[in-house]
Amino acid sequence: MAVYTHIVGAVTYRFEDLRTLLAKATPARSGDRLAGIAAATAEERVAAQMTLAEVPLARFLDEAVVPYETDEITRLIIDTHDAAAFAPIAHLTVGDFRDWLLSYEVDGAALTALAPGLTPEMVAAVSKLMRIQDMVLVARKVRVVTAFRDTLGLPGRLSCRLQPNHPTDDTRGIAAAVLDGLLYGCGDAVIGINPATDNLEQVTRLLLLLDEVIQTYRIPTQSCILTHVTTSMDAMRRGAPMDLVFQSIGGTEAVNRSFGVHAAMLGEADAMARALGRGTVGDNVMYFETGQGSALSANAHHGVDQQTIEARAYGLARQYRPLLVNSVVGFIGPEYLNGREIIRAGVEDHFCGKLLGLPMGMDVCYTNHADADQDDMDTLLTLLGTAGVNYIMGVPGADDIMLNYQSTSFHDTLYLRQTLGLRPAPEFEDWLARMGILEDGLRLAPANASHPLLALADTAAA
Amino acid sequence: MSNVPRKPAGPVGIPDPWNILGKFTAARIGLGRAGGSVPTRPLLDFQLSHARARDAVHHTLDVQALAVRLRETGREVLTLLSAAPDRSTFIARPDLGRILGASSKAALEAKALPNEPFDVAFVVADGLSAMAVEAHAAAFLDTILPRLDADGWRIAPLAIVEQGRVAVADEVGALLHAKLSVILIGERPGLSSPDSLGLYLTWDPLPGRSNAERNCISNIRPPEGLSYALAAHKLHFLMTESRRRKLSGVDLKEDAPALASTGAPDRLEQAG
Repeated sequence: MAVYTHIVGAVTYRFEDLRTLLAKATPARSGDRLAGIAAATAEERVAAQMTLAEVPLARFLDEAVVPYETDEITRLIIDTHDAAAFAPIAHLTVGDFRDWLLSYEVDGAALTALAPGLTPEMVAAVSKLMRIQDMVLVARKVRVVTAFRDTLGLPGRLSCRLQPNHPTDDTRGIAAAVLDGLLYGCGDAVIGINPATDNLEQVTRLLLLLDEVIQTYRIPTQSCILTHVTTSMDAMRRGAPMDLVFQSIGGTEAVNRSFGVHAAMLGEADAMARALGRGTVGDNVMYFETGQGSALSANAHHGVDQQTIEARAYGLARQYRPLLVNSVVGFIGPEYLNGREIIRAGVEDHFCGKLLGLPMGMDVCYTNHADADQDDMDTLLTLLGTAGVNYIMGVPGADDIMLNYQSTSFHDTLYLRQTLGLRPAPEFEDWLARMGILEDGLRLAPANASHPLLALADTAAA
Repeated sequence: MSNVPRKPAGPVGIPDPWNILGKFTAARIGLGRAGGSVPTRPLLDFQLSHARARDAVHHTLDVQALAVRLRETGREVLTLLSAAPDRSTFIARPDLGRILGASSKAALEAKALPNEPFDVAFVVADGLSAMAVEAHAAAFLDTILPRLDADGWRIAPLAIVEQGRVAVADEVGALLHAKLSVILIGERPGLSSPDSLGLYLTWDPLPGRSNAERNCISNIRPPEGLSYALAAHKLHFLMTESRRRKLSGVDLKEDAPALASTGAPDRLEQAG
């Protein structure tokens, strides 16, 4: 095992292996402190970053942070690595790679071509040397476009997942929130419900409800019930109208075991959903959620820092050409994060996902035991809009009454679109215009007390 | 200054005509708009809710009052402490909330237990909302325990754990020699629900069990959330199936109509 060393003044810093070096170099994060792997002092952190800057990128192909023999995600990363795509940067160190990413010459096309040549660990490593502005600038170069019934991730567009959760999955309560979101121009990424209980009958009932809404009003969007992948497969076997298959995933085999999933299971679900052929303009059918800290909660981190593990989750996600991927940045292990840490983590996750070729959205959020507030959310939201995030969450009033956390709202989506001149997905924008909801793609039309969508409330009551 | 602003005739923010649909959900729908932004009044309503939720997280469980109340059921009640000594440590160090403190562990190890293992151990922990436990734990136990008695379940002494998280029930269940553990725990306070009780069931509780090995029923919070009767009905079903099949978690998923509830839906660790 290589030992990495660096001399700062009179002190020689030694780092046992790549895993340790990454953990010591990672920006301060309370989850890493809890895991006992963070830098002991601020100077040690910078010394580790200086050491990391000199590590050749090629080294990451020789030294795994989680053993190849015991972890299927490491095997996926190594076995699917594209050496030809990696060639343009094969001679660079991590520090040089940062400069290369920032250079004028490297554009979106170059980064898209590079993605299969990057490993999650390389991307995590370079992010540890980058400031927020670096990650915003580079992520903004990359567009990752996916499609199902509308096209997501195009330049100048910002989409929104309409999240109409209800604590007892009450049909009328869900329908009322769907209506509210649509009338605020939201829902182009997906209308996605986290069910309060995830038994098959309930999931099927909710799928039928959303399918009816989408069909009745001919909405160019897709639905998803965020249940366990095995429940989704059961629902498909029973003929339920399934657009997207959801699953929470993490960056080690062990954390995924704690979620009750593995790579082959995800592949099977992906194939099943794609075979249904329900997309009209594309066939991306998977929806993944991730979040720094889940491996620590599951005691499955192998001594690897939480940001590197998060990037490894993206290494898994990209095997399935997903329609949607978002980190739930302030939610999983929220006790580990304050507003400052959530903001940095959100920018890191978006950057790493985009560089690895994923259609990154973000659940900009916090829970009530985190030391964070709406101002922190506005800051992260604005940064991510600037960085070109594909979609954010739309929860009525930013208050999720089922999952008990605060995310972003329909109004937040309108704020970001208005401030940055971003428009909904093109097919959805056309629909909003036809329905008299948005004018000019950017501003709300006057509220209409006899809007045809209001009949949706009666549909659900029937 | 001659330019004194005139008092407007009404609110400048424009209400939404569909705000009457608010009768169907506690979600913040129909808030109205100022431009495309939230009008001042709903903005400040949100801030007030957030302030209350923050206060709820730091509320301390009245253990003695709860113990007195639970002893009214005629059962033995144990009061235990996790390894987190106080509320602020508990929030910063989830790992300490998942294990018993040394003295509580020693007390359980020294406890004389019957030779035959208990069928189930009930644990009550404050989690992230002591208010939820104070509001709902005793009333829920009043609903479920008589049903289990009638079914012949052998129930361990009831354990209250202060500064406890979900996984502490693994250790308590193991030390009480129970085949199954059920923890009632305060869920993380939401803006509109500072007192939501969650419940996690684990077959063969042992330290180190993972979330995929548990079944969860959440949002026990009448009248807005799940009623005690329905939660007890679901739990009774899950416990019976767990005992019959000798497992819990993802594999216990059942197709029985509107009954089984498996795992925290997706965003794990609601109560940690």
